[in-house]
Amino acid sequence: MGAAPTRIGQQDPELVERTGFSPEQINNLHKRFLQLSGNKDTISRENLNDIPALAYNPIKSQIIEAFFDKRNQHDSEVGSLEEITFQQFLMVMSHFRPPTLEMTAEEKEAMRKEKLRFLFNMHDTDGDGKITLEEYRKVVEELLSSGSIEQESAKEITDAAMLEVASTNVPHMGPEDFYEGITFEHFEQILKGLEMESRMHIRFLDTATVHCGKS
Amino acid sequence: MGLHRHAGLWLLVSAMLLCCVSPLKAELKNSQHDSHSNSNITGISIVSFKWEHVKAPYIVAVWVLVCFLCKLVIEANHHVTSIIPESALLICAGFILGGIIWGADHQQTFSLTPVVFFYYLLPPIIVDSGYHMPNKLFFSNLGAILVHAIIGTCWNAATLGLSLWGCQKGGAMGDLDIGLLQYLLFGSLIAAVDPVAVLAVFEQVHVNDVLFILVFGESLLNDGVTVVLFNVFDAFVTLGGAQIDAVEIIKGIISFFVVAFGGSLLGMVFGILMCFLTRCTKNIEIIEPGFIFVVGYLSYLTAEMLSLSAILSCVFCGVCCQKYINANMNENSVKTVKYVMKVLANGSETMIFVFLGISAIDKTIWVWNTGFILLTLLFIFVYRFIGVFLLTWPLNRYRLVPLEFIDQLIMGFGGLRGAVAYGLAVMMDEKKIKEKNLMVSTTLIVVFFTVIIQGILMKPVVTWLKVKRATLHDLTLIEKVQNRVFEHMLVAVEDISGQIGHNYFRDKWKNFEEKWMMWMLMKPSARKTQDHVFSVFHQLNLKDAVEYVTEGERSGSLEFIRNDSVLIDFKKKLGDDMLEAMPDVTADTSFDQGIMLPFRRDPVPSVSLEMHEQTMNGLREMEDLNSHHLLQEHLYKGRKQHRHRFSRNHLSINTDEDEVQEIFQRTMRKRLESFKSAKMGMALPKTISKHTKKEQQKTPNGKNRISVDEDYEFSEADSASGYDPSFTYRAGGGIENPAFMADLDPVVPLQIPPWLAEAELDSGGVAPSQRAQARPPLTAGDLRRLAPLRISTQSTDSFMMADIPDAEQRRDSFDLPPPPPPPP
Repeated sequence: MGAAPTRIGQQDPELVERTGFSPEQINNLHKRFLQLSGNKDTISRENLNDIPALAYNPIKSQIIEAFFDKRNQHDSEVGSLEEITFQQFLMVMSHFRPPTLEMTAEEKEAMRKEKLRFLFNMHDTDGDGKITLEEYRKVVEELLSSGSIEQESAKEITDAAMLEVASTNVPHMGPEDFYEGITFEHFEQILKGLEMESRMHIRFLDTATVHCGKS
Repeated sequence: MGLHRHAGLWLLVSAMLLCCVSPLKAELKNSQHDSHSNSNITGISIVSFKWEHVKAPYIVAVWVLVCFLCKLVIEANHHVTSIIPESALLICAGFILGGIIWGADHQQTFSLTPVVFFYYLLPPIIVDSGYHMPNKLFFSNLGAILVHAIIGTCWNAATLGLSLWGCQKGGAMGDLDIGLLQYLLFGSLIAAVDPVAVLAVFEQVHVNDVLFILVFGESLLNDGVTVVLFNVFDAFVTLGGAQIDAVEIIKGIISFFVVAFGGSLLGMVFGILMCFLTRCTKNIEIIEPGFIFVVGYLSYLTAEMLSLSAILSCVFCGVCCQKYINANMNENSVKTVKYVMKVLANGSETMIFVFLGISAIDKTIWVWNTGFILLTLLFIFVYRFIGVFLLTWPLNRYRLVPLEFIDQLIMGFGGLRGAVAYGLAVMMDEKKIKEKNLMVSTTLIVVFFTVIIQGILMKPVVTWLKVKRATLHDLTLIEKVQNRVFEHMLVAVEDISGQIGHNYFRDKWKNFEEKWMMWMLMKPSARKTQDHVFSVFHQLNLKDAVEYVTEGERSGSLEFIRNDSVLIDFKKKLGDDMLEAMPDVTADTSFDQGIMLPFRRDPVPSVSLEMHEQTMNGLREMEDLNSHHLLQEHLYKGRKQHRHRFSRNHLSINTDEDEVQEIFQRTMRKRLESFKSAKMGMALPKTISKHTKKEQQKTPNGKNRISVDEDYEFSEADSASGYDPSFTYRAGGGIENPAFMADLDPVVPLQIPPWLAEAELDSGGVAPSQRAQARPPLTAGDLRRLAPLRISTQSTDSFMMADIPDAEQRRDSFDLPPPPPPPP
């Protein structure tokens, strides 16, 4: 936090350490950061909202929200921020690092957990550690709003999916039991087949290249 | 020679002699036998023996029959085919047939000629491969596939040629009249991994998808490459060493790219043409499938005519058009195309292997040179491995999931050579290449060695190395949803971070496709339901349904399903108009059953996983196969949007999208309702008052209510089918869904889970099926009336009850025993 130095990558080995990005990548991201924030030290929601390429993304709001979520900052705080600094921006981005070949199994597992946690937090909008039906429904609705399925179906899909989770994790649920929501453990359990660590990533450029601008 | 002893054999043998494969003139000398019988006839004959008229097609047909019979015999015993791959056995059958011919005739009149192979036998296989290519898998690994197919093949060709040449210089092979160029020619023809052979072996060894597509994709594409290489080197050999200068070499390289990419491009053009055609075949649906075959074949021939790569053209034609034409064509046409394609491809494959075997039994082509043959085998094997490792190493640095060492070993080991190499070898010009026969026989040995020996060893090796096998795990709904989230999230983060990556391009392509390609190439009606979630949802339902029946089968309750006559009866009764409603019924049923499962079977960690497992188990048993088949006949079926694997032997069942959508709506609603009531503890909607109070008590929780509904429907089926009613109504109150009643056991109540036990206390028995049991047989009309109701409400049972005229029987059900407890 604090003032973001302009040559942040080279001067901050600690940042490299914490985020796992290489100095070049940090540099690139910093350029992008400045571009987005209009050369300010922090980024606000509006800045991200203005990215044209994002305009048609159905889960845009959730993603942007994830950037301002304190839980994604590796602190134990809960809540959301108004603005994020470059460091915080980097922390969020670091969830999307690809796994490297040298990683050990434990490291991979840790990374997987971290990525899952990010995803989980994204769905768990109220931060109570559970994805409730309403929360999940919102996701699905947003997801499908662009498609051919009408809202009604979206709701139904959510319910079916939720039911799946419930029956997967609580096989002996009594009739009066109430499945409150997906906990992180359940979430992990359900998605264990998805090879999260290898799929949830983007390629961060290593070298200084032309960015696709804020066009 | 048993020629004259046995007329049948003679016919067969002479038929063989005249075979499609050999030039028709050649066999005249063998046919005096027939012709002199004709010559004696004077005047009008009532019946004449016109062998000459039908000779050529007759022989072809007999050969096809013989090959198919070979396959039939081989496949009769699965103990053998599980150890030795079918392709190897077919080759052996070819040896035997060849031996018979040779014994009868002392020469080999039939062999696989390049013309027959390249123009008739190969195209069906290639069209099939392209059309059934698992596109997503293929394109996401396209980079690696291309590297292996292009560079790997060149590497194999070059190293083999050079090494053999070196060995000859070193004197390892005696005196051979082969120059460097000819070695390279030989290397290029034998470099390519053969799709026919590879698929035949890999299909039986279920390796993981990525490995499979790498080997298979490579083998497909490198056939194109190897044909191109062969032509280039053939031209070089024709030119002669002295004529070749830098210009010629550059021309060769350019022609390589022109031929390969030109072929692919041509294929795409034909693919698009095909899409357009299927867009407007509404009025001639009956010959719709024909277009696919003709255009596919034309793409092959056209490429051949333009001396572009015919194989690549054909593959890309199939790859490009499959999605659109499957959406455009009517359901039956799609099915027809798939089945006919499989028939043709499988048939061609069979014939190729048999004829490879037959061709080998020919003294005239065999020239033995131990050094040459053994060295070739050794080099092929070694360089294949080296090539795979060398190429995978840089690739792995860019791959997210690197190919493991073991996978690479299997890739190397999967380098089977096949008929394409042989076809090319036979095509060589004997005048230019003195040692053609040596090369042909070496090629044959290589083919036999790789297909038979490596083919047999493949399975043990895969098991021994513990290669990751294909997971048969289907995506659950939530995983599918999560996948969507992923896609969007990754694109969004890329947008935010300003990186243009993989996801960015994929997203752009998707948009482009949705906007333009679909608009151009798809019927408007087909564009509507392209959503994958539907298909997953549908698959879930299908799984549930299968599970339901499996369960029933286990307890022997669903016998009516196996009884054909009853089944027909059932169908008749319901009448055509009911067909619509029927699948629904079954599907609904199945779903709720799925919910019930955790209660019935004890250690059930997950409904869907477990169900899947059950399905898989069930498939192994004959009975379950029966019911499975039945379900497939009657359920709504979803067209599978993505195929994980390519198989020449097996077809996945495809179905109609409207149905899927409809079933989707309905069962979703059901799921929703059951979810609400069961999981969220919501109050039950008030049931309509036709229930007695007792009845309402009996269904204290939503789950049971729903199952009742379920059972009810099954009972309908029972009664409608004319099944013996006594069965239905046994156990005091009739058992609608005997599947679950059968589990009842007086001792078991002790094991009833607490909540159920409780429920039992106040209600005196919650057995899911009881209520339904007493239903009188419903008529089709009743059934139809029910369907819409079911849509509109979850607590269907009450509505259904309203429809049932006879309340008396319902009361009986109260005496039913408690719900079956989970099995120990």
